[in-house]
Amino acid sequence: MSRRAPSAGTHCGPNGPHAMGAQAPEVAPDIPQSAIGHPLGVPHSRGSGASPWHDAFRRLRRNRLAVLGLAVLLTFVLAAIVAPWIAPFPFDKTDLRHGAKPPSRLHVLGTDELGRDLFTRILYGARISFAVGILATLVSLSIGVTYGCVAGYAGGRLDHLMMRIVDILYGLPFMFFVIILMVIFGRNILNLFVALGAVQWLTMARIVRGQVLSLKVREFVLSAQAVGASPLRLLVRHVLPNAVGPIVVYATLTVPAVMLEEAFLSFLGLGVQPPMASWGSLASEGAAAMEPYPWLILFPGMSLTVTLLSLNFFGDGLRDALDPQISFRH
Amino acid sequence: MLGYIFRRLAEFLPVLFVIVSLSFFLMRLAPGGPFDQERALPEQVRANIEARYHLNEPLWRQYLQYLGEVARGDLGPSFRYPDRSVNELLGLGFPVSLTLGLCALAVALSLGGMAGVLAGLRRNSPFDYFTMSFALFGISVPNFVLGPILMLLFALWLRWLPVAGWGTWRHLVLPSVTLGMFYAAYVARLTRAGMLEVIHQDFIRTARAKGLREAAVVFRHALPGAVLPVVTYLGPASAAVLTGSVVVETIFSIPGVGRYFVSGALNRDYTMVLGTVVFYSVLLLAFNLVVDILYAYLDPRVQVR
Repeated sequence: MSRRAPSAGTHCGPNGPHAMGAQAPEVAPDIPQSAIGHPLGVPHSRGSGASPWHDAFRRLRRNRLAVLGLAVLLTFVLAAIVAPWIAPFPFDKTDLRHGAKPPSRLHVLGTDELGRDLFTRILYGARISFAVGILATLVSLSIGVTYGCVAGYAGGRLDHLMMRIVDILYGLPFMFFVIILMVIFGRNILNLFVALGAVQWLTMARIVRGQVLSLKVREFVLSAQAVGASPLRLLVRHVLPNAVGPIVVYATLTVPAVMLEEAFLSFLGLGVQPPMASWGSLASEGAAAMEPYPWLILFPGMSLTVTLLSLNFFGDGLRDALDPQISFRH
Repeated sequence: MLGYIFRRLAEFLPVLFVIVSLSFFLMRLAPGGPFDQERALPEQVRANIEARYHLNEPLWRQYLQYLGEVARGDLGPSFRYPDRSVNELLGLGFPVSLTLGLCALAVALSLGGMAGVLAGLRRNSPFDYFTMSFALFGISVPNFVLGPILMLLFALWLRWLPVAGWGTWRHLVLPSVTLGMFYAAYVARLTRAGMLEVIHQDFIRTARAKGLREAAVVFRHALPGAVLPVVTYLGPASAAVLTGSVVVETIFSIPGVGRYFVSGALNRDYTMVLGTVVFYSVLLLAFNLVVDILYAYLDPRVQVR
């Protein structure tokens, strides 16, 4: 969703400010030369000094926005996990005497029209939003990686055909298909993340395919092939581990996209059903009652926005850290 | 070029066939029909309704019938509005949705393009930081949060603009901004990146060296190169604008296709939902073709074959 143009500032290249100072000298001599230049292209860096992962982590730590994003996310996720223990009220407990009250000391974020504590509902909503975000991303990850591997490894006409299909699918109104799936298979949360994951794999497939295409002709893969490794083993043991960087980066950027789509569906009443609440359905209820009770739209909206912002910060930072070649900053 | 267009058009047919077939069977697989919620109809009435919509015939005949109708451009009767056909409903809603979508794209391109060019030209200036932070914010605020908040601010509290509805240009402002904000932010980022890439190239230095005014350098020489990523983004963006307009139409009570679609989905109005998907798919396939041709026209390095 928030991917910047891949070509952004490529001319900063390997000699730009983000070029890794710790490349060539640290690569152990038995590692094929072709693996140099890719930050994660070194299967097992046995040399002294920092590993590529360590290096990436250091770069990530220097990016304040990314660290801030990560901190916010961790807080939210942690709060979502322990919600049943820290929530001040049961999430579906109505109390009409305290209906639609603005934030107070008892109800820190106020209550909705049925007197349910908004803070509690946002906490429980976070559970749903994060669960959908993570699970749907896993679904999209598995489809995208498999598809990309097959296309990239097969190459030739099959690859051409498979990528043409992806091109065409790109242009279609995907949320409409998700809505069809939700209408047909019922509006429950399991269907929700399968449906969302099932339409979010296109970019992942492209990225993986590109990686496989360039990695499969490297010497270390060819030598594994020469000693008789099966295609599956080749992909799983030798190719994919070296493509982890871009895959992780894109997966991080898929999470906010999916969370947004879940909220979108729930807002329309096609996602999570009451009495369960996600941030999208809370925003929807809030929007319906916002004139007299503006806090009902403000707080769920803010939770969603801050989370998406943090995920974008973190995802961008991770990309800059793992793949300095496509760094955006100058 | 003509050969390319023809080949792309030929490609549409199998794609549409797959879309129609897939959605048709998915719809029919669904447990429960569109007339279930009207509790326990008399047997005869039910049979009559089913006969009217050919629901009593074998599935494969319904399928062939539907294919034939779609091929003739007829999307069938609406299940929900018995005296209306889907074509009529789309005919009512589409001009509205199209107006909204175009206004949103106009907001996105003008606002985003301008911000991106200026930010790219004054890299690392306060203006650049401000615009890019704002863009990041714009990307992260969902339209269904932005919409109600804008409505609250400008319609309910300040009373500058109408709350909801359709009719005058004043009704268009809030929905267009709501729908276009995300794309404005995205376009700003793309344009800025494109600008940064182009501005240091030799032909720009040449243009400056021969004494052109800065405006001419920027608009005549740099901009065409800088907007290429934006053009590529137009295809997916228009698909997303159509999708987004579903939610914006719901928020602002705008009588467009999106609202028919949502109510159709909530009421299992199969023909309506199916019809909308088919219609929008055709539209987007055509639009993507136009974008690709435009791209080849703007970038001489791209050869369509």
